[in-house]
Amino acid sequence: MKSLSLNGVSRRVWIMLAALLAVFLVVPLVVNDYLLTILILIFYFAYLAQAWNIMMGFAGQLSLGHALYVGLGAYTTAALYIHFGLSPWLGLPFAIAIAAAAGAVIAFLAFRFRVAGVYFAILTIAFAEFARIGFDHFDWVKGSSGLFLPVANYAESDLWNLRGKPVMFYYLMLALTVAALALCHALLRSRIGYFWQAIREDEDAARALGIDTFRYKMAAVVLSAGMTSIAGVFYAFYYNNLFPEQVFHISRSIEIILAPIIGGIGTLFGPILGAFLLTGLAESIFELMNAFGWTPPGAKQVFYGVCLLLVVMLLPHGIWPPLARKLGLDRRSNESEH
Amino acid sequence: MAALLEVAGVSKNFSGLRAVSDVSFAVPEGAMFAVIGPNGAGKTTLFNMIAGVFAPDAGRIAFLGERIDGHPSHEICRRGIGRTFQLVRPFPGLSVEDNVMVGALLRHPNTADARQRAHRLLAELDLYDIRAQIAATLTLPDRKRLEVARALATDPKLLLLDEVMAGLRPTETDRMVDLLRRLNQGGLTILLIEHVMRAVMSLASRILVLHHGAAIAEGAPQDVVRDPAVVQSYLGSEAL
Amino acid sequence: MPAEIYLNVAVSGLLTGLVYGLMALGLSVIFGVVRVVNFAHGEMMTIAMYIAVALFAAFKLDPLLMMVPIAAVLFVFGYALQIGVINPFISRPEHSQFMLLVAIAIIIVNGLLIMFGPDARNVQTSYAFDSFAVGPLIVDATKTYAGLAAIVVAAALFAFFRFAAVGKAIRACADNYTGALVVGLDVKRLYALTFGIGAACTGAAGVMLVLIVDVTPPLGPAYTLLAFVIVITGGLGSMPGALIGGVLIGMTEAMAGLLFTPSAKSMFAFAILVLVLLFRPQGILGKRAS
Repeated sequence: MKSLSLNGVSRRVWIMLAALLAVFLVVPLVVNDYLLTILILIFYFAYLAQAWNIMMGFAGQLSLGHALYVGLGAYTTAALYIHFGLSPWLGLPFAIAIAAAAGAVIAFLAFRFRVAGVYFAILTIAFAEFARIGFDHFDWVKGSSGLFLPVANYAESDLWNLRGKPVMFYYLMLALTVAALALCHALLRSRIGYFWQAIREDEDAARALGIDTFRYKMAAVVLSAGMTSIAGVFYAFYYNNLFPEQVFHISRSIEIILAPIIGGIGTLFGPILGAFLLTGLAESIFELMNAFGWTPPGAKQVFYGVCLLLVVMLLPHGIWPPLARKLGLDRRSNESEH
Repeated sequence: MAALLEVAGVSKNFSGLRAVSDVSFAVPEGAMFAVIGPNGAGKTTLFNMIAGVFAPDAGRIAFLGERIDGHPSHEICRRGIGRTFQLVRPFPGLSVEDNVMVGALLRHPNTADARQRAHRLLAELDLYDIRAQIAATLTLPDRKRLEVARALATDPKLLLLDEVMAGLRPTETDRMVDLLRRLNQGGLTILLIEHVMRAVMSLASRILVLHHGAAIAEGAPQDVVRDPAVVQSYLGSEAL
Repeated sequence: MPAEIYLNVAVSGLLTGLVYGLMALGLSVIFGVVRVVNFAHGEMMTIAMYIAVALFAAFKLDPLLMMVPIAAVLFVFGYALQIGVINPFISRPEHSQFMLLVAIAIIIVNGLLIMFGPDARNVQTSYAFDSFAVGPLIVDATKTYAGLAAIVVAAALFAFFRFAAVGKAIRACADNYTGALVVGLDVKRLYALTFGIGAACTGAAGVMLVLIVDVTPPLGPAYTLLAFVIVITGGLGSMPGALIGGVLIGMTEAMAGLLFTPSAKSMFAFAILVLVLLFRPQGILGKRAS
């Protein structure tokens, strides 16, 4: 019997997704390098969007300091690679552990002391800022002068050390995004997913149903932080340079949340859709402006700001819910299928 | 025989205001126990202490022989006390079915089992047909039944109902009374706060009357309603 | 280090802190009445700062003389923003409001970046390098004037809310929204007025601040955060708290800059914020415990 749960995804949607995946698997063979880098960026933000969505969309905790976890993941693996020659794959568990621990500390302090809503958001900003300034003075990772990874010969792809052509990074980010989607889907239909949504909807009522909200909120934060740090590993080895001023900056945190908000918080596909729309549109507009020779710094951010403004004002639940309804992809239109 | 729930000498102050003052009573297993009294008498505060929302300033609360005063609300639910809220709080963005599933998942960690349990409850409470509807769009009587269904999904031994009849029309009230009687006959102990006297009189096996935070009468319904203190403070000349 | 240096730095921090306090006062007023968390507060201040810079560059007008007109411009901006954009959000969930103002902040910061470029700008008045000698103290003229101006504006604001009919009406709204409606107050207009006043405060503070620091577009978000630290430390919704918080942060910053590395001074502000959020979320003088 078809489940009528909130996130029942119909067969039609799975077929569409499979088709899209097939397309994305072969895309590198046909597009040029520039478009490839755009796609890499899109999947990077799509992955981050999903990681952030777990904390906010599922468990209802607004984090505006997610750049902290990206930075921790980036610096951990980069430092281990530079100082000890450790492959980022081996450094990954350390990165995840450190980011998860940071998330646990923030969550513990916040939830233990009942810091919620906007105050919680400000707390997350404070910790990210703390890291930004702190890492500037952290000599082991070269502080404000920047940490640079040795740029290797791009002709060879060294997957073990994440050195190589953009194509390698493309497939990595694609794989991460797909894995995150699968994880989110599984989580939403699991016991923990139901409990998270209950907490998001009404924490007191959830507690009255036997849910240990403290534990589950912690779990959401720790999972989200750990997942986000993996993107940090990518960031370090793709861009090959790290500056605390950039990595931990609040602008990074805001970039992370734009896609899920625009796409639709709490939904399964919203964050990915948001990433595609936002980055895709932004880059296209930028290309257009480039063609006219007008490239003021900050133009892209103004575009992001306007998008966010319009979505928040006109489509408060994001673009995905009304879109899904229009396309007949949501739950209600699919009941007759089974 | 030890009572299911024992409340002994419980008091609660809020910034100098005595909300509950030295209240004691016992709820035997299988009872339908009503708590009545004027607004502000301390009934919901009493409920909140039993349910673990906050701890009493004095006194003991014991459930199944073990102390529960001061314990967190999620733990008290696990021990077997379910509750509804005076102003109903279904999860607004979730469907009726998902609402009940959240409750069912407590004792049935497997989602398939939980869903089965939820469906059975939805059928029993006449909510099965609207199970896919989003809770925020429900009418008040449906929302009240949803809240009862959700609390029942946690398999409680004791159910705390806070003014579950409030805002219902007479036919809906009768329906709810029937439902509660059925549940009680099935073995569920119910402790309810109510203002709707006809419901109380037809259901309750025992009544506790609160006034200004203190217990002014307790006993069988027919005795309590004739108690002069009760008549004076709450019932007035209200014909029953 | 001789005691005079500590004293000088402390006084300098105090004066700067008064300006911070005025800025935070605007934020506190907005939150206390309209209950909206103005995440674009610092950005609005930078608008005022750039206007001051532009006017000075074009006409050599002293910012302090232009304070009233510039504050008026910000007032109109805030008023229009509240009535036009923010008002429907009052009943929406918190994070929606927050995101709305984040969007506005992003647009402001990058709009300024496009208009003025990333380089630092400042205003060098004729008295920019003057200082007063008061006993063992040597105080910058700019900071003195700025601090004094901040006190004057803050006092005017207190008087407004205490004695003016409109001010009292605004306080009524804050204390009891439904009651205000019942009594017939035009709450929407009063909200817009309040937002305008808050924006004017931050605008005035910006004009004073441009005498002391250089302005770049990213200064906006930095001061938004600072305003939050001050308001939360001093107590959300408390006007005296905002000033006290401002002075506290100003002095802490100055002393931290002296005793540790200057670049680490904002770390202290954040450390204070975390501690306040955890242990005394209502701040020093806050009315509502969160």
